[in-house]
Amino acid sequence: MTVLKSSLDPRSELFTENTAAMQAVVDDLRDKARQIEQGGGERARERHLGRGKLLPRDRIDTLLDEGAPFLEFSQFAGWEMYEDVIPAGGILTGIGRVSGRECVIVVNDATVKGGTYYPVTVKKHLRAQEIARQNNLPCIYLVDSGGANLPQQDDVFPDRDHFGRIFYNQATMSSEGIPQIAAVMGSCTAGGAYVPAMSDEAIIVKDQGTIFLAGPPLVKAATGEIVSAEDLGGADVHTRISGVADHMADDDTHALSIVRRIVANLNRPKQVGVEMGEPRDPLYSAEELYGLVNADIRKPYDVREVIARIVDGSEFDEFKACYGDTLVTGVTRIHGYPVGIVANNGILFSESALKGAHFIELCSQRGIPLVFLQNISGFMVGQKYETGGIAKDGAKMVTAVACANVPKFTVIIGGSFGAGNYGMCGRAYSPRFLWMWPNARISVMGGPQAANVLAQVRRDNIEGRGETWSEDDEAAFKQPIEDQYEHQGHPYYASARLWDDGIIDPVDTRRVLGLGLSAALNAPIEETRFGVFRM
Amino acid sequence: MIKRLLIANRGEIAVRVARTARRIGVHVIAVYSDTDDAAMHVAAADEAVHIGPEAASESYLNIEAVIAAARQTNADAIHPGYGFLSENALFAEACAQAGIRLVGPSAAAMRAMGDKAASKEVMGKAGVPLVPGYHGDEQDPDHLAAQAGEIGYPVLIKASAGGGGHGMRIVDSADDFADALASAQREAQGAFGNDKMLIEKYLTTPRHIEVQVFGDDHGHVVHLFERDCSLQRRYQKVVEEAPAPGMSAERRAEIGAVAVAAAQAIDYSGAGTVEFIVDAADGGANGAFYFMEMNTRLQVEHPVTEMITGLDLVEWQLRVADGESLPLSQDQIELKGHAIEARLYAEDPQRDFLPAPGHVVAFEHPGGGASVRVDTGVASGDDIAVAYDPMIAKVIAHGDDRDAAIAALDSALADLVCAGPTTNQAFLRRAVTHPAFVAAEIDTGFIDRHGDDLIGTAPEQAREALTSIAAHILAVRGEDERRRAAARGEANSPWAAADGWRANLRSREELRFRDGDEELAVGVLRSGTVTNLVLPDGTDAGLPAAPTPWRTFQHGHTLYAVQAGTQVRLDRIVPVEEAESRSGAAGGLNAPMPGKVVRVMVEAGDQVQQGQALMVLEAMKMEHAITAPGVGIVGELFHAEGDQVDEGAELLRLEPLDG
Repeated sequence: MTVLKSSLDPRSELFTENTAAMQAVVDDLRDKARQIEQGGGERARERHLGRGKLLPRDRIDTLLDEGAPFLEFSQFAGWEMYEDVIPAGGILTGIGRVSGRECVIVVNDATVKGGTYYPVTVKKHLRAQEIARQNNLPCIYLVDSGGANLPQQDDVFPDRDHFGRIFYNQATMSSEGIPQIAAVMGSCTAGGAYVPAMSDEAIIVKDQGTIFLAGPPLVKAATGEIVSAEDLGGADVHTRISGVADHMADDDTHALSIVRRIVANLNRPKQVGVEMGEPRDPLYSAEELYGLVNADIRKPYDVREVIARIVDGSEFDEFKACYGDTLVTGVTRIHGYPVGIVANNGILFSESALKGAHFIELCSQRGIPLVFLQNISGFMVGQKYETGGIAKDGAKMVTAVACANVPKFTVIIGGSFGAGNYGMCGRAYSPRFLWMWPNARISVMGGPQAANVLAQVRRDNIEGRGETWSEDDEAAFKQPIEDQYEHQGHPYYASARLWDDGIIDPVDTRRVLGLGLSAALNAPIEETRFGVFRM
Repeated sequence: MIKRLLIANRGEIAVRVARTARRIGVHVIAVYSDTDDAAMHVAAADEAVHIGPEAASESYLNIEAVIAAARQTNADAIHPGYGFLSENALFAEACAQAGIRLVGPSAAAMRAMGDKAASKEVMGKAGVPLVPGYHGDEQDPDHLAAQAGEIGYPVLIKASAGGGGHGMRIVDSADDFADALASAQREAQGAFGNDKMLIEKYLTTPRHIEVQVFGDDHGHVVHLFERDCSLQRRYQKVVEEAPAPGMSAERRAEIGAVAVAAAQAIDYSGAGTVEFIVDAADGGANGAFYFMEMNTRLQVEHPVTEMITGLDLVEWQLRVADGESLPLSQDQIELKGHAIEARLYAEDPQRDFLPAPGHVVAFEHPGGGASVRVDTGVASGDDIAVAYDPMIAKVIAHGDDRDAAIAALDSALADLVCAGPTTNQAFLRRAVTHPAFVAAEIDTGFIDRHGDDLIGTAPEQAREALTSIAAHILAVRGEDERRRAAARGEANSPWAAADGWRANLRSREELRFRDGDEELAVGVLRSGTVTNLVLPDGTDAGLPAAPTPWRTFQHGHTLYAVQAGTQVRLDRIVPVEEAESRSGAAGGLNAPMPGKVVRVMVEAGDQVQQGQALMVLEAMKMEHAITAPGVGIVGELFHAEGDQVDEGAELLRLEPLDG
């Protein structure tokens, strides 16, 4: 294989500036992650612990194999979305190793509004299930939730991708042979009661877990019957009398040990359907990514420098190196897993799009997973390009991306603007995972471009009426537009709404891709059938 | 000529006897109990015979079984080692009846020396000095006081029927004699119903010095010099040396001649030891010596004699047993240098040297050179069984002089690695390097007197041990994960990283341990590829670079760090596993089938371990053990031995341990 040679100068002034800029956004990311880690605040945490329960993140630590990594999804879910502060969207999701198997883990955080489901909570739960389904991963639900957040019921209850979809997913995943395991470690009321009930196997914690369609207050209001929560739907009732749960646990830790035992006995060996290579570290340090990526995302750099810091041995066999060179394509390995990389190195032209479509076809045919490194301001515009048919060439690439059935992974390492987002496997193209670097931006076009377009339209209107528009007025008109784009294109805004599966430190890119690749290979790689390529 | 030798023993002595026997071309037959089937002494033999269950009384002490094994294998001789049947006259007779030579003295010699009072009478007649004393029937207090005066104070008043210290008084002067006698008599009367007293000279600083003798069937007897075995705990030797430090050549010749005379008095044949008590208060090793007893076997501490004489005593035993004459005459036996032996025991010096049996996780010892010898029957992975002597090994060092021997011994003890049971290894190092020992200021009170110096408290450098243990866990875990990943065809799967990675957050891993009743936690902080350990006191300890001076070992969830004879042992707490085990324990245990309770092994309040047998049910002529499903405390017992129970009947209740 060809070894990439870096020409980055770590002693340059630019490198130092870039490093400082990236360090600042990564520090901010980690600061905010630490806030989110605290869940619903000190008082709620203490109350939770006072009941003898483990905190949600401690439940995950206890459940996982010793020292196992946890690939958390969408840490920033719900970030500054509601008046209420909903850290992590009130639910923790991710992939971790349990008894040697990669599992999707969904954990309610009862310290956040009693673990009730806000719209983003539902979205995050459903996304975790989608990941489980696509990658054929067992689901473990650690339930501790009061059910739907009642004030938000219109955005939680009725629609297709609302609360009911959780149970639909459980039933249909179970039918596909994807194990559904629930441990009830707190309340599990109303709709929530169906999580354990719809599971293949359920555990309930003594004196903590309750499962009922209606809690004691509702029962009293409805029928006048007075009954304690424990007698209504406690562990003893459900493991001895009703059979709603299968195992009674003494406490959280015990419940988690039972989950581990169940997973250990699942009898579903993982078949890795790719040819593995000997994993090797890249030749160049991932820390240098900080200095490589320009603080101003409009300034170009050679994306091969990024690839050299992510892939095994910094080796990269490039495809069509001399053709359509604003898109870099080639095969390599990450942690020994073969991958095809599609990376932007400038604006997409017809040639780059054709090259991309060709390369995606190759990887699909050969069953090689695809990694998209997205840093794209869009397709080239102008008469020459329109008449050259850039729309149909772009469409070929979008068709190839949409139909490719190999596992796809997208990392937005810079800008993600316009149709470039589509051609480079944006969220709508169902990559198995999509991550963003903290310096990235995502919007239909760049803020200044949007402001310019709108200003141009307005100027044309004003001048058409024979009036004049001063430079100052134009600037004042453009500023809020640019501000809005900057705010809405920010990774926190994007991640809060689950446009991605999480914001990652560039240093972690190789690891996160490796974890994702390994997890994705729990599902067999399927054949691809492409749609019509417009010629 | 002995061609087939059965060794009626186990452990290091069986291994040691086999070594010599095989060297001189004798076919060796081992015997073993149920638990010893994979023991080193079995592997050291040419063949082995199973002789019974673990209990020594039913195996190694079972004369019929041993004789049967010898017959079955056509053994023409039996070596009894030490302990077990080695001084059993009945066994000697059984061998004679079976026509098998016993490598040892005659039954008559065993009998003569086996009875302590009788042996003293024999020795007294042979002119061997005895501890001055009065053993007469005349019990008039004045008469007794006069006898005491004649013996010379201090004296010891002892109940004739006595034992266990009852009715025993040390009297320093004539003024105190009458009161002491009266109270001793009262106590003896109460304890034994007999107030007959005897009086002996009391030695304030006694040294235990013994002489190795050897006789043959042709009337020859020689001595192989003396050994000083004054360092004792619980009345058992722990450090022995030869020659006795400070003994003059004249005294050596004198005490040797007395020992030879003693052996000749009973026509002794084979290896034997004449034990003396020496009054070190006056003259040290050259003080007055008195006969104590004679051991008619090879002693545990025989290697020190071998090292200073360059002889193989087992070879001599076999030759003598074969009817040969002694290979050397007295003037051909030379004393060269100094040798010291330390006995490594699975015992707890901090708990009055109580035996501490257990699993030997790792055992590595130096030796093989000319100056250090290690005799052992234990290898890594063996268990030190409760049923037998808890000795793990004898470490013997030889030097040109005593200081050189001490240095060699200490260095060997430091290099020896024994992870697993609590041992006296650190104690031994402190003992042999103690200034008083180095200055040869020794007597049988040495260990009691210097106990505070010798019995350490918390192991030093525990901090480094803790980080080494934590590093061990992380390293082993990493390797295990990688191995499993490779087995699944995903070598280096990033899921196998085992580094607790969390997206955008610090890994918050904590390794928890139990040290006795105490719990402690070591934090594992990672930043990039750098791992830092945070100790229980909150200090940052980094990750110790391999290799540290501490060797680390693991057995199940128990971790060991050993360095230079010191061992730190911690039990790992793995919350999910503890929860499983705790939970399994709680609740009632029911009869799996109708049957009869034939045994109840526990009482209410007992703490039980997972898998421990609690009761035995007999049903359909089969015994079925009811075992604890986890650790717990026995609550109520609902049935007693002999009860008939129905299927499902609750037998007893286990309560979970607190916490």
